[in-house]
Amino acid sequence: MEVLTNDNWLLTVGTFLPLVGVLFMMFTPGSEERLQKQIAIVTAGATTLVGVFTLIQFDYGQSAKLQFFVDETWISVIKSNYTIGLDGISLPLYFLSMVVTFLVAIYTWDNMPDIGNPKAFLMLMLVLQVGMAGSFIAQDLILFFVFFELVLLPMYFMIGVWGGEDRQYASLKFFLYTMFGSALMLVAFLALFFQAGAESFGFEYLMTNGALIDKDVQIWIFAGMFIGFAVKVPMFPFHTWLPDAHTQAPTQGSVILAAILLKLGTYGFVRIALPMLPQGAKAWAPVIGILAVIGIIYGALGCLAQTDMKRLIAFSSVAHMGFVMLGISTLTDLGINAALFGMVAHGLITGMLFFVAGSVKHRYHTLEIKRLSGMLIQMPKMGWILGFCAMASLGLPGLAGFWGEFPAILSAYSPGFGLSETLFRTLMVIAAIGTVLAAGYLLWLYQRTAFGEPNPEFMSHGEPAHSLSAAANDDHAHDGHGDDIHDVSVVEWIAWSPFLIAIVVFGVYPQLMFKVMDPAVTQLVERVGAGIP
Amino acid sequence: VIASILAQGSDWIRPDVDWHALAPELVLIVGINLVLLIDLWLEESKKWMMGALAGFVMLGAFIPVVTLAVVGDTPVRSMFFDRYVVDEYALILKALFLLVGYVIVLMSQTELEEGGYYQGEFYVLLLVSVLGMVMMASSRDLVSVFVALELLSIPAYMMAAWRKRDPKSNEAGVKYYLLGVFASGVLLFGMSYLYGTTGSTKLTDIGTSLSENPISAMQVIGVVFVIVGFGFKVSAVPFHTWAPDTYEGAPLPVTAFLSVASKAAGFVGLITMLFLALYAADGVYEPFIWVLAALTMTVGNLLALRQTNIVRLLAYSSVSQGGFILMPLAVIASGDAADPALKSVVIYLLIYAFSNLGAFAVIMAVSRKTGSGEISSFGGLLSYAPVHAMLMTLFLASLTGIPPFGIWIAKLQAFKTLLDAGDSAAYVLAIVAAVNTVISAAYYMKVLREMWMKPVPDGDIAPIRTPQPIWAALGICAAGTIVLGILPGLVLRFADLRDLTGAFGP
Repeated sequence: MEVLTNDNWLLTVGTFLPLVGVLFMMFTPGSEERLQKQIAIVTAGATTLVGVFTLIQFDYGQSAKLQFFVDETWISVIKSNYTIGLDGISLPLYFLSMVVTFLVAIYTWDNMPDIGNPKAFLMLMLVLQVGMAGSFIAQDLILFFVFFELVLLPMYFMIGVWGGEDRQYASLKFFLYTMFGSALMLVAFLALFFQAGAESFGFEYLMTNGALIDKDVQIWIFAGMFIGFAVKVPMFPFHTWLPDAHTQAPTQGSVILAAILLKLGTYGFVRIALPMLPQGAKAWAPVIGILAVIGIIYGALGCLAQTDMKRLIAFSSVAHMGFVMLGISTLTDLGINAALFGMVAHGLITGMLFFVAGSVKHRYHTLEIKRLSGMLIQMPKMGWILGFCAMASLGLPGLAGFWGEFPAILSAYSPGFGLSETLFRTLMVIAAIGTVLAAGYLLWLYQRTAFGEPNPEFMSHGEPAHSLSAAANDDHAHDGHGDDIHDVSVVEWIAWSPFLIAIVVFGVYPQLMFKVMDPAVTQLVERVGAGIP
Repeated sequence: VIASILAQGSDWIRPDVDWHALAPELVLIVGINLVLLIDLWLEESKKWMMGALAGFVMLGAFIPVVTLAVVGDTPVRSMFFDRYVVDEYALILKALFLLVGYVIVLMSQTELEEGGYYQGEFYVLLLVSVLGMVMMASSRDLVSVFVALELLSIPAYMMAAWRKRDPKSNEAGVKYYLLGVFASGVLLFGMSYLYGTTGSTKLTDIGTSLSENPISAMQVIGVVFVIVGFGFKVSAVPFHTWAPDTYEGAPLPVTAFLSVASKAAGFVGLITMLFLALYAADGVYEPFIWVLAALTMTVGNLLALRQTNIVRLLAYSSVSQGGFILMPLAVIASGDAADPALKSVVIYLLIYAFSNLGAFAVIMAVSRKTGSGEISSFGGLLSYAPVHAMLMTLFLASLTGIPPFGIWIAKLQAFKTLLDAGDSAAYVLAIVAAVNTVISAAYYMKVLREMWMKPVPDGDIAPIRTPQPIWAALGICAAGTIVLGILPGLVLRFADLRDLTGAFGP
């Protein structure tokens, strides 16, 4: 069968498999919490296996081409098809989304947020996974939009139901910001469709014909998309939902948000906005570059002012996504490669930092940096992991973070397509200062939390810890510890070690990912170049 | 004298009657009489059978609709000198009305039984009203449009006041009746001007006449009054004032019926008038409908934001949704927008029916336990009735327009129609609509927040006991909302412009 030999079914199965798990969970009573968790983990694991199989089947010699391509009629009236495919740009992100969901599901085994109800929580997580994976394989604008929006409600509920004190405010802010961005984005999509000749919503068609649109019109359409994607990234000044959402979200929500959801925005820029509206992209590139660098500096300064560990990590996200956007704004091969690498690296590192923050919160019931200290004495392994992630996050060479930041800065030295060198070199210098600030706030965080003597408040096995943990007596039943503070547990090791290994592997051998992405990126930059007279 | 009048008339011609085409109406008529007669002889303890019978009648009438669709409509099945036409456009809408009628029967059964209301009479009225709607879909003449409108409205006035010991229900009925009758008067007045100036009651003749001659002042008044008349039916602002009170006071199944079927029937009448008769008067109706649509969606939304009662919230939300449905009609004569506009309105009506009925069914199920209509009574629903909470989330997400649930595709099609029309007025309306989509998210979210994130108000977490018929209604609505959202092609292939015979002239 032709379909089988081309493995056309592979992406569809990989994307929608989580829904099978959702169905099973739906018909399993919510009181069977262990069973619910088992189903979720098995489903996410099976999805990841499909992902691994996709990795094996992928033809790395032709990573510039769309593979496992499917083009089926879907909504013929509005000329939208079920078009999916995977190339070197999508592959890392597609696989990352599967792995992250799987590991987060494993982490949930022992670390269900206090509100309870794992059934609804894990069902939402699996639906979220469908939306994320789907966004990375969609090759049709309407299909992309549907997947893109599919993540909205599950994340809203994850933050709003299982989040911290201010969860309702944070979730509503997240929802309204994103909804506002989506509305503008949809209008831009429709405008692009009509301007390009209204024949098809397929990416290929829009790339070919979008480039022919008048420059002024392109600039307007790009503006709409820019806001839609920039809210998601988030770029300064649309970032204000992020610290609230991250701080209030449950650990699982924060990890998925940082690791995958933010990437939908940057991916949208690379996959949709740039190649379909090259002239618009060129006109907007300086603005994107400036906002990106403002984001880097602003995020770093924001970090220095935080007293809450999770909020600090959230602000560091703003800074890191600034590097990604700076890479994209140069419109060069190197810059976009760096941006894509940075997306994956940031997903791994910041996801890991949020994991650690969640586990710290779970043990100490606080994330206030002032009250935490001496983690290396009390929980040496956890302390080392935090240190490792902080080093990776500040861009230490040899770890994954470096390969996202350094080439991005480097690419700003000579931006593409006649963009102002003076401007971008200035941006380069400021961004480089940003890395120093990053080292500053991360090391300061590490010094305050991990070094020194443990806070006596958490030393005794006496009253304070117990009264605080009374609210979370559920957890006691699970881990069987009399006090809360114990080192990294088995479940945490299982969930975390893939992240840690990946950070090292990609840090030592970045070529592993660059060589997959580069042909696709080169082709993309060529297309952008062809559209700029 | 009579002889001289008769002598002036032409010879009597026996009209061709296509019995197959009329079968849905005939089944309904037979069913109405059956229900009426059987109810007379049935003892009180067996009245519950009337609901089942009414449901069977709805489904029975559905069968010929399906066979007609399978047989196809070439040549077009038209009767009574092209004044009663069964084309594809009519068929899809008849199917909609019958399906909605069936779901309403499912929703009514327990409500009527437990409330001790008259059951047989209720179902007779419901069937009559549905018969009026089914006729509306085929009417192509001023007289039959008007008759169909009255046939569907008058039973609804009575149904709104069905809980006769409840002052609110009486208020609902009276308000609906008075404004409805007023609207009928306005409509009839407008129609009389159209008839007087064009000399025909046949819609296509009026259309030809209007397009061949310049529009006179009287015709302008006629067009405006006709639109105002239908404006009451579809509760367009500023003719919406009856809707919230009526929706709140009427029994819930009736509210669901009014907000979906009755509104859809009003739209069907308006579409038929616009596309067949008034299309040439675009200078009159386009700006008028533009204003109506913009006002309807905006005012409906702003008022919905302030509501604390869930039924009133849905009432205003349905007003606002009406604005979205109305929106494409404001551009039907611009550019190539006629075809997508017709499609947009019809599929919006179809998908909206599922989502809105579903939301009302959840409210019915929940209020059986809480006995309250306040939004706060939904607090913590997820913890004790997760399925209800999930379904309500589904329906409200659909009403917001979040893919992949139902209405997103209808909204997308409506936006696309405006961009197709391509003039600046259309763009402005599209922006107004986009802003309104975000506003509407705020109040739908209010309900979602209550269900998912708030504690149970009275701490009573006994599960909800939901009767079988309501489960069935919920199942139909949920399936429709999900399936049509993911595979909108199933309905999008209906309602092409050529399916509406005689649209924009022969």
